[in-house]
Amino acid sequence: MPTTAALSFTGVEKRFPDGTVALRDVDLSIAAGEFVTVVGPSGCGKSTLLRIASGLTAASAGTSEVGTKRVGYVFQDATLLPWRNVQANVELLSELDGMPKQQRTSVAAAAIDLVGLKGFEKHLPRALSGGMKMRASLARSLTLDPELFLFDEPFGALDEITRERLNDELLRLFVAKGFAALFITHSVNEAVYLSTRVLVMSGRPGRIVGDYEVPFAYPREPELRFTPEFGELAGRVSASLREGHS
Amino acid sequence: MSVQDVTSTEKEPTLTGKELAVVVTGEPGPAAATDEPAAVTAGGAPGRGKAFLAALLPPGLVFVAFIGLWYLVSYELLDPDQREILVPPLHEVLQVGFFNHDNLVELLGGLWQTTMVAFVGLLIAVALGLATAVAMSQARWVERSLFPYAVVLQCIPILALVPLIGFWLDFGFSARVVVCVLISLFPIITNTLFGLQSVEPGQQDLFTLHGASRWTRLTKLQFPAALPAVFTGLRISAGLSVVGAVVGDLFFKQGENPGIGSLIGLYLNRLLQQQLFAAIILSSALGVVVFWLFGFLGQRAVGSWHVTSSRDGR
Repeated sequence: MPTTAALSFTGVEKRFPDGTVALRDVDLSIAAGEFVTVVGPSGCGKSTLLRIASGLTAASAGTSEVGTKRVGYVFQDATLLPWRNVQANVELLSELDGMPKQQRTSVAAAAIDLVGLKGFEKHLPRALSGGMKMRASLARSLTLDPELFLFDEPFGALDEITRERLNDELLRLFVAKGFAALFITHSVNEAVYLSTRVLVMSGRPGRIVGDYEVPFAYPREPELRFTPEFGELAGRVSASLREGHS
Repeated sequence: MSVQDVTSTEKEPTLTGKELAVVVTGEPGPAAATDEPAAVTAGGAPGRGKAFLAALLPPGLVFVAFIGLWYLVSYELLDPDQREILVPPLHEVLQVGFFNHDNLVELLGGLWQTTMVAFVGLLIAVALGLATAVAMSQARWVERSLFPYAVVLQCIPILALVPLIGFWLDFGFSARVVVCVLISLFPIITNTLFGLQSVEPGQQDLFTLHGASRWTRLTKLQFPAALPAVFTGLRISAGLSVVGAVVGDLFFKQGENPGIGSLIGLYLNRLLQQQLFAAIILSSALGVVVFWLFGFLGQRAVGSWHVTSSRDGR
């Protein structure tokens, strides 16, 4: 049913001024409603992929196209402004985009509710746990009502329990909102659990060396992680990762 | 004999000059400034009295020891004729300096004058320093062209310039203010600049993604992020502005209203040692109060969110 690609890369290459090649010949297309995860060893240029997609960095060669203006970017760190409380942090993006005060207050309140932070509106970031900070960060992006979400290892710094809970929350949002997503991680389990498609990246220079459809239907339950089918797919992704790395 | 001694050590410029150099170079960046707001942050209800005692007792003991040492030197180490000139005992200082009406009025008048000079000097230094730092943060070339001179400003012994400033500006209020500004400008520039430039890259990206203008970025991201560093600089500069006001005054001496510095010079020349000590105590107290005041203001402004400026959960 989806016709226009939410994001497409053709022959994207990124060469830094010092001569290192971070990405080489990356072709990639994400359809609307698709959740694509990129797994790869650290330092393989995964984050560069997102920076190019969002326009923060220009590609050295090739083209990247984004099919929508509403792009959410969730960073590795929560990047909350420490002097703003949760409510004011979540309002930041619509504030920067010039949304009237009243409207952005209600938009932010809805997003805060959606990530389960209701009651913490007045808390400053330092009073929040790592997981709650990430929820606030997620809520901040949700205020844009994104059609495309870019996630840069958002849960990488969290403990496993919090991470799995946030995975479930994210899937719930994905099912409810139907955005397209490009999710970067170095966890194979997380990749398979979340996505409709897993891409495997090689070590530097990063290339896409594996492309796996994930057949499991949504909504997914945590038990899915312990089914043989899940294990088998995760095993194949893992093997491909090892191959690309050597 | 001993009078001779005093007048020969009376070359205050070299003395204060060294002290000043120590003060100025002692705290080059925000990292060097320590925050000790233990007494400022509210303690937990049960252990509060105890914590209060623990916070006050050690410095209190040192204070008592210091007073003891003072009397020891005064009465045991010095002959009676030296005593009055070198280290008059504390109670005499208090009696003559503070409990004599005329002397007290003279001292407080000087204090007021010095405070005004320091205040106006600090105000100008803050405005100039913030503006310079903001300009530097906005364009690399501004930073590259100005920063070396900010460092030079920090390195030249301002004291050497003080007589010249007096010549140019007629030894009055404005000359004193200029000395103040020169002495207290640098910490504000460096700390503010450091603060403005130490915004997290991720937060910068966020603003870039939403096409934030320079102004928006400055007011909503850089400046708030810089506030803790700004207050660190303010606190150092506030102390220095008092130093500047006293030093300028000490040099110029002339002028319609004598400040504490002029009084110090006057008492020194007339060997009014009790009053001299009283004046020194008062000017030190001014420096301490100003330092504390800005620490307090900083705590009020950023203490709620800036982690290192208050002890977590205590």
